[in-house]
Amino acid sequence: MSAGTGADGIRHRGLRFEEQLIFEQHADGRTGVDLPEPPAVADRLGGLARAAPIGLPGLSEPQVVRHFTRLSQKNYAIDSGLYPLGSCTMKHNPRLNEKLARLPGFADIHPLQPQSTVQGALALMDRLAGWLRALTGMPAIALSPAAGAHGEWTGLMTIRSAHEAAGDARKRVLVPDSAHGTNPASAAMCGYEVAAVPLNARGRVDLAALKSALDGDVAAFMLTNPNTCGLFEDEILEQAGAVREAGAYFYSDGANFNAIVGRVRPGDLGIDCMHLNLHKTFSTPHGGGGPGSGPIALSEALAPFAPVPYVVGGPDGFRLVEHDGGAAFGRVKRFHGQMGMFVRALAYILSHGIDGLRQASSDAVLNANYVSAGLADLMSLPYDGPCMHEVLFDDAFLKDTGVSTLDLAKAMIDEGYHPATIYFPLVVHGALLLEPTETESRESLDHLVATLRGIVRRALAGEADAFHAAPAHAPRRRFDETAAARRPVLRWRPPGAEDQAAE
Amino acid sequence: MRYLPLTESDRRAMLAAIGVPSVDSLFRDVPETARDPVFDLPDHAGEIEVERDLGALAAQNLAAGSAPFFLGAGAYRHHVPASVDALIQRGEFLTSYTPYQPEISQGTLQALFEFQTQVALIAGLDVANASMYDGATACLEAVGMARRVTRRRRVVVSGALHPQYREVTGTGLRFLDAELDCPAPDFDGTESLAGRIDQDTACVVVQYPDFFGRVRDLAPLAGACHAAGALLIAVVTEAVALGALESPGEMGADIVAAEGKSLGNPLTFGGPYVGLFACRDRHVRQMPGRLAGEALDADGRRGWVLTLATREQHIRREKSTSNICTNSGLCALAFAIHLSLLGEAGFTRLARLNHARAVALAERLDAVPGAAVVNQSFFNEFTLRLDRPAAGVVDALAARGVLAGVPVSRLLPGEADAAPLLLVAATETVSEDDMAALEAALREALR
Repeated sequence: MSAGTGADGIRHRGLRFEEQLIFEQHADGRTGVDLPEPPAVADRLGGLARAAPIGLPGLSEPQVVRHFTRLSQKNYAIDSGLYPLGSCTMKHNPRLNEKLARLPGFADIHPLQPQSTVQGALALMDRLAGWLRALTGMPAIALSPAAGAHGEWTGLMTIRSAHEAAGDARKRVLVPDSAHGTNPASAAMCGYEVAAVPLNARGRVDLAALKSALDGDVAAFMLTNPNTCGLFEDEILEQAGAVREAGAYFYSDGANFNAIVGRVRPGDLGIDCMHLNLHKTFSTPHGGGGPGSGPIALSEALAPFAPVPYVVGGPDGFRLVEHDGGAAFGRVKRFHGQMGMFVRALAYILSHGIDGLRQASSDAVLNANYVSAGLADLMSLPYDGPCMHEVLFDDAFLKDTGVSTLDLAKAMIDEGYHPATIYFPLVVHGALLLEPTETESRESLDHLVATLRGIVRRALAGEADAFHAAPAHAPRRRFDETAAARRPVLRWRPPGAEDQAAE
Repeated sequence: MRYLPLTESDRRAMLAAIGVPSVDSLFRDVPETARDPVFDLPDHAGEIEVERDLGALAAQNLAAGSAPFFLGAGAYRHHVPASVDALIQRGEFLTSYTPYQPEISQGTLQALFEFQTQVALIAGLDVANASMYDGATACLEAVGMARRVTRRRRVVVSGALHPQYREVTGTGLRFLDAELDCPAPDFDGTESLAGRIDQDTACVVVQYPDFFGRVRDLAPLAGACHAAGALLIAVVTEAVALGALESPGEMGADIVAAEGKSLGNPLTFGGPYVGLFACRDRHVRQMPGRLAGEALDADGRRGWVLTLATREQHIRREKSTSNICTNSGLCALAFAIHLSLLGEAGFTRLARLNHARAVALAERLDAVPGAAVVNQSFFNEFTLRLDRPAAGVVDALAARGVLAGVPVSRLLPGEADAAPLLLVAATETVSEDDMAALEAALREALR
C-alpha cells in the first residue's frame, strides 16, 4: 500500500476522486429509499413470482449522491468550457428551459389522458410546429421523431410512401461522400440502396456528378446544408432543379440548420423534407448522448404522407389525430414525440425571438470565421472562402511532424478543452472540425486560438513524443480500445464470475 | 440577448480581423433569392415573459399529481426520489455530449456501464446496450436484430403486444424484405403463437406482462421458438414488474426490449423515455446502439470506453446494425440513479407494493355493479370490462376530476370488442383515498 492509499486500494488526488462501481459498494440491508412494507396479499402473479435474487447492489442515499457527483466530475461539459465538437453544436443550455419542462403541467401529464385535460400541451405542440413552419418556410411539421437519425428515417419513409402512392417505386437514395453516417444507414432501413455522390474541389457536391447519378430509380437526394465541411452549398438551387426534374425528392439533413436559422428558409432552397435536431439548433441538452428530438418539415407534396400523430386546431380547441384513415404512412414512435424537448425548444425560441435567432446564427458564423482567421497561417484549410458555423482543417500542416490529428485532439484535453470532431467528414485527410458556437465570447475564442497555436507550434517543433503521451492531465490517459473491443467486458460480474462471461 | 456574449464592438473587431466588411458577406454563398426573407415572428423575450407564457399553457393541463390517477398502457406514474433530478441536472451530465473522448467522459461512461449491468440483471440476460429511444423503437430494433441473426424474413407479433408497439414494428418493416404475421388483438388471452412459427420465422414478439395486464409463462413459447431456430423477443412496458416477476431471460427470451421510463423519469406526455435493450452474449455483435465497455488506460488503470463501434453507423454507414446515434443518455442516467437508490431491497419492495395496490384496487372495482375484472393474473395493471363503452365513462370521470384509466378503444379504435374495456393501473403513488374516489365515481357513472 503506497502513501495515501486507503484500505480499499484507492487513492484520491485533490479534487480528482477514484470511484468504484456501485456494485462494489454494496452492503446487504442498505437502501436509498424508504417505502412502506406492502400489506400481505394473495398474489395474482400467475405463479410467476420471482424466486431468485436479482443481484442489484444496496446503497444509502448519501452514497448514491456522492457516487454520481464524483462521476459527474470526470466529465467535460459545456458548463465547464468551450466544447468545439464540430457538427454536434455544443452551445449553452439555458436553465430556464429545464425549469419550464419540469412544471407539473408538462412533466406530470400522461400521454393518453383525455384530450380535454391536456389542451395546454397540445397548444404547445401546435405553437412549436408553427415556429418551425415559419423558420423553415415549409408547410407541414411532423413532431414525433425521437432524434435526428429517427427524423431521417421518418422523412425517407414519407418520401417512399409518396413514391409508392404514385405507383413509382424507386430503389436508390443518393448521399454525398461527406454525409453523416446516419444518412446511408437510415436509407438502408427504408429498404433503399445507397449511392455516393462525390464532392468537387470546392468542398461542395459535384453538380455534374449529381446530374448524371439522377435517373428514374433515384427516390431522393440527401444533402446536409451547410454541409459537413462547414460550407454552404452555393449551387443548391441547381441541385434542387435537377432533383425535381428527375422526379426525386430533395431531403435535407438539418443538423447544421443552426448556421442559417432566421436568415435562410430551406423551403426557399427547394427542399422537400428536412429534419430538425432540436438538441442542436434549439439547444435542448445533449445529456451525455440524448435524449434528442428530430421533427421533420415537409413540402406540400409530402405533407399528406406524414406519420401519425399530429395536432389539429379547431373552434373547440386542439385535437390529437392518432389514427389516420388517409395517406399517413404509419407511426414511428409510441405516443406523441419528445414533449420534454418540445417545451425546452419552444422556451429557447421564445427567449431568442426572431431577432435573437438571426443574431445567434450570425454570431455562430462570425465566431467560426474568427477562429479560422486566427489559425489559417499555421493550420491547413482544405477549401477557400468563408465557412459557416464550423471550420474544417485537414492534417497537411502536420505532415512529417509525427503528430496525428488524434494526437492533436488529445493535446487539446491537456490544455482544458474538449477536442474538436476528428476524422469526420471522411472527404479530407485527418479532418479536424471545429464548431465554437455563438455562445462563446470573444475572449474565450481568443484563448482557444492562442492555445491551438501553441499546440501546433509544439507539434512543428518536433515534440511528437509528448503528443503521443497526451492526455496527461485528464482523469484517465489513453485507453487500449483495440483490446477492449477484442474481448468486450460490457457489464460488471461478481468476482469469480468473469471466467464464464462474454465470449 | 442574454445568451449571446458578443458585443457590437466585439463584432466589429472580429470582422476586421477576418477582413470582411459585414456578417452578410460571410453568407455570400447563399443564393440571392433566398437571403433574408421577412419573418412575421416576435422578437426576443426575457425570462419573466417566457415563464409567464409557457406557465399559462402548463396550467391548462390537469397534472396527474393533482387528481386520483390510474393510467398506464405503457406509461406508468411512479415516485422519483428527489436526488435523481438533482443529480441529472448537474451540468457535467446534462451538458456533455456522447462520450467520444473517453479520457474526459469517464462519468458518463461509468454510469452507462452500471446502467447496462442493471438492465442485464433485471432482464435476466447477459448484456444490455446504453439505451434506445423508447420501448417501441427498442422493439423494432430487436426485430431487426433477430432478422440479422437468423437471416430469416418472418416476424410473428403477439396480439397482446401494445398496439402502438405493433404499429411501430409494422411501420419499420413496411418497405423491407420481411413478412409480418400480426394476429388480431388477443382480448381473451387465448392466442397460440407456437403454431405460427415456421422455418422462415426470425422471431416471435410477446409482451410481458401483456398489454391487457396478463402475466404468462414465456418458457413454452421460448421452447417452441428455439426448436424452430427462431428467437423470442420479450417486450416489457413496465420495468418495475421485473422486481416481482420471473425475468424474461430466465424463461428463455433471447432479447428483452423494454420501456425504462418507470424508473427515474416523469410521464412528460409520453417522452422522452428510455428504451432498454438486452440480449445474450453470443448475439452482441448484431446488437444495435452504443455500448460502454471496460478498458485499461496507458497506466493500466481501469476505465470505460465506447466499444464495438464497428457495428455503428458512423463506421459502417449503410451496413450498420442501426441508424441510431443520439439515444436516451440522460434518461438512462436517471434510470440508473433511481435503481441504485432502490437497490435489491427497494426494487423488490416497490414491485410488491405496486402489486398489492393493484390487487386491492381490483377487488374494489370488481365489486362495482357494471364492472368486472377480466384478468386472472396481473402485476400493477388489469383490464376492467364495463357494461358500456369505456371511453365515455373515462370522459365522464375526467369531468369529475378523476383520471380513471385508458380506454382500450383509444389504442384500438376499429375493434368493437375493445369498446367496453378499460385498462386500470395502480402504482405506489396511488393512495387509499384515490382508490375510494375512483370506486365511488365509477359506481356513480355506471348507475
